[in-house]
Amino acid sequence: MSIHDAEAEAGPLFAATRKVYPQSVSGPYRRTKWIILVLCLGIYYLLPFLRWDRGPNLPNQAILADIGNARFYFFFIELWPQEVYYFTGLLIMAAFVLFLMNAVAGRVWCGYLCPQTVWTDLFLAVERFFEGDRRERIKRDEGPWDADRIWRKSAKHLVWLLIAWWTGGAWVLYFADAPTLVRQLAAFEAPMTAYVFIGTLTFTTYALAGIMREQVCNYMCPWPRIQAALTDSEALNVTYRYDRGDPRVSLRQAERLRRQGDPAGDCIDCRQCVVVCPTGIDIRDGAQLDCIQCGLCIDACDNVMDKIGRPHGLIGFDTEDNVERRIAGEKPVYRPLRLRTLTYAALIVVVGGAMVWQLATRRTVELSVLHERAPLFVRLSDGAIRNAYTIRILNKRPEERPIALSVEGLPGLRIETVGVPATADLRPVVTVEPDTSREVRVLVTLPAEIHPDKSQTITFTASDLFAGEVVTAQDHFIAP
Amino acid sequence: MNKHQDTPHEIDAHTGHTTTGHEWDGIRELNTPLPRWWLGIFYATIVWSVGYWVVYPAWPLISDATKGVIGYASRLEIAQDLALLQQQRAAQASGLAEASLEQIKADPALFRIAMAQGKAAFGDNCSACHGVGGAGAKGYPNLNDDDWLWGGTLADIHLTLEHGIRVAGNNDTRISQMPAFGKDGMLKPAEIRDVANHVRELAGLSTEPGADLAKGREHYAANCAACHGDAGKGSKELGAPDLTDAISLYGMDLASLTETISNSRAGVMPAWSQRLDATTLKALTVYVHSLGGGQ
Repeated sequence: MSIHDAEAEAGPLFAATRKVYPQSVSGPYRRTKWIILVLCLGIYYLLPFLRWDRGPNLPNQAILADIGNARFYFFFIELWPQEVYYFTGLLIMAAFVLFLMNAVAGRVWCGYLCPQTVWTDLFLAVERFFEGDRRERIKRDEGPWDADRIWRKSAKHLVWLLIAWWTGGAWVLYFADAPTLVRQLAAFEAPMTAYVFIGTLTFTTYALAGIMREQVCNYMCPWPRIQAALTDSEALNVTYRYDRGDPRVSLRQAERLRRQGDPAGDCIDCRQCVVVCPTGIDIRDGAQLDCIQCGLCIDACDNVMDKIGRPHGLIGFDTEDNVERRIAGEKPVYRPLRLRTLTYAALIVVVGGAMVWQLATRRTVELSVLHERAPLFVRLSDGAIRNAYTIRILNKRPEERPIALSVEGLPGLRIETVGVPATADLRPVVTVEPDTSREVRVLVTLPAEIHPDKSQTITFTASDLFAGEVVTAQDHFIAP
Repeated sequence: MNKHQDTPHEIDAHTGHTTTGHEWDGIRELNTPLPRWWLGIFYATIVWSVGYWVVYPAWPLISDATKGVIGYASRLEIAQDLALLQQQRAAQASGLAEASLEQIKADPALFRIAMAQGKAAFGDNCSACHGVGGAGAKGYPNLNDDDWLWGGTLADIHLTLEHGIRVAGNNDTRISQMPAFGKDGMLKPAEIRDVANHVRELAGLSTEPGADLAKGREHYAANCAACHGDAGKGSKELGAPDLTDAISLYGMDLASLTETISNSRAGVMPAWSQRLDATTLKALTVYVHSLGGGQ
């Protein structure tokens, strides 16, 4: 049978995406989602306005990625571009936290914390506000384009765009002084980059949370695929307990069957779990890629169980093993402390500990030395040999600091810095302005009576004259 | 069996589109229309291009091209960018222009600008002879060391830069003329050998066994000491090098010395005030002074 014939019988192989109309639901999981939504969006939208005093020379915004000056501020932490590896560490931590969350309770990230979920939830609430709940929306979408439909749709899209615009607007506030930028934006005086980013994020938010929704999770996001490979039979997942639910029969039939002593499941096939699902799946089909494990089907099912007088938890966060255990007549157990979770926790502690240690012990003075290449050395009129170096001193503190330079490694070495006076002990003292670096040309002279090897290692030392912080750097002294 | 045949156009049952009428071994091709959004963008670009022809330079003509109504040209853009750059630099340059050399050297901000500008100007103009880092070569002084023919103070360096060395027609140029003692017949070859050995003696270097150092000293006193001094310490006013220190421009070996004494040396350097503006000259002065040998 050729493909052509197959299509002729079964219709085209391509199935167009069907639109999902999630119904509203109430219950503890829905409430949790609302609380997390308010918290996350509150933090996202308001955090740029939080102030943090760092003294007169530094910005007072608690979180600021100052691209222009190449600094990142996070409360009491200030990072320079060369410390970007902290972000690598954070990303590694984030990955392990995600793995741990997955090993403990499945895709809670997807269902509760992922920006895609949070914004989609918000957009769905707006949609519900203007267009009503599931049935009303379906009915209106099937109906004609009358005035009622037009204004409701327009209002919804307008509010969506406003939220999306605000999302982009909040994003750019992390990259400049927030109150100033807000004033500039209002007066149309902000940098072009700000408008471009706001425009881009308005578009992506509107498209991802308003139009694409569950398709982002199903087709664009790699996490469902990765998660499927990471999960195991002992992780909590949103599970339909088919041991309790099947066989599915109507309420009346179930009563009859039970009276006869025949098996009857608790599932009455009311499809409430399906209609509330934001990705439009049937959880009773088992664990699946499209399930973001938000738990809304649990709320929906529990509400139904209340009505028909059966116990809660026909759908619930449960493990595959427990379903098997119940079928075998054993007691369900959940072990959050397993080799897998403990390993992830240990890795988080190791990576986090290394980062904290690194952060706590990092230096606030740094020294980098670059040997002059042309010429490698200079012979002076008295026969002495001199090497030149370009030395950069970094001052990561918010105050001006006097840094004394010295050098050792060969007898009689003399150090001088072009344009910088020396102290009484012949060490040049370079004043480095707050939170910046200074480059100086340093000349190191070896007296004529010393005859060194062609290349000799020497050590430069930079000492903060006030705080006493000392850093060293090695380079070579080249002789003929 | 790749037989291609034309079949009549028919309507495909599933899609409602016609087929192209071509058939290959039973496989027919659907004549699916382009997506509307794609076509829409395509037509929009055509409309756009018409507007573009009017607004921007577009059509090549025989010796020219259409200009476009807004008068845009990429060359104009470059001219504007250059003007903007000069304007931006003017703020820094005026600081350099007003300050004295000493002030520039003392002020960290001005010093930084002067060094940056001086380094660029040095690379463009000076490095051909003096090397990228001012290391020099035989006949071209090393600007990093502390030995100067014409003086190593800021003022000396500035004057040398402005008026050059042995520049014909420049009244303020550095000028001096060492005689070509051999070529002009002032000293005989044997005498030149004696003088050369005496110069090596002055510098504390070994001498040839057969050389008459006493005679060499006599000839030196008569011919050389006027400029280079009795002890060979040289004179900055005359551009006469110190013969006793560890640095030499043309070499202190006997062959080099003999050649120098016989044929003379007279290095030249352009007068840069003819080519560079005053600010650049100042920046260059500070840069060269800061290479390590400034006095």
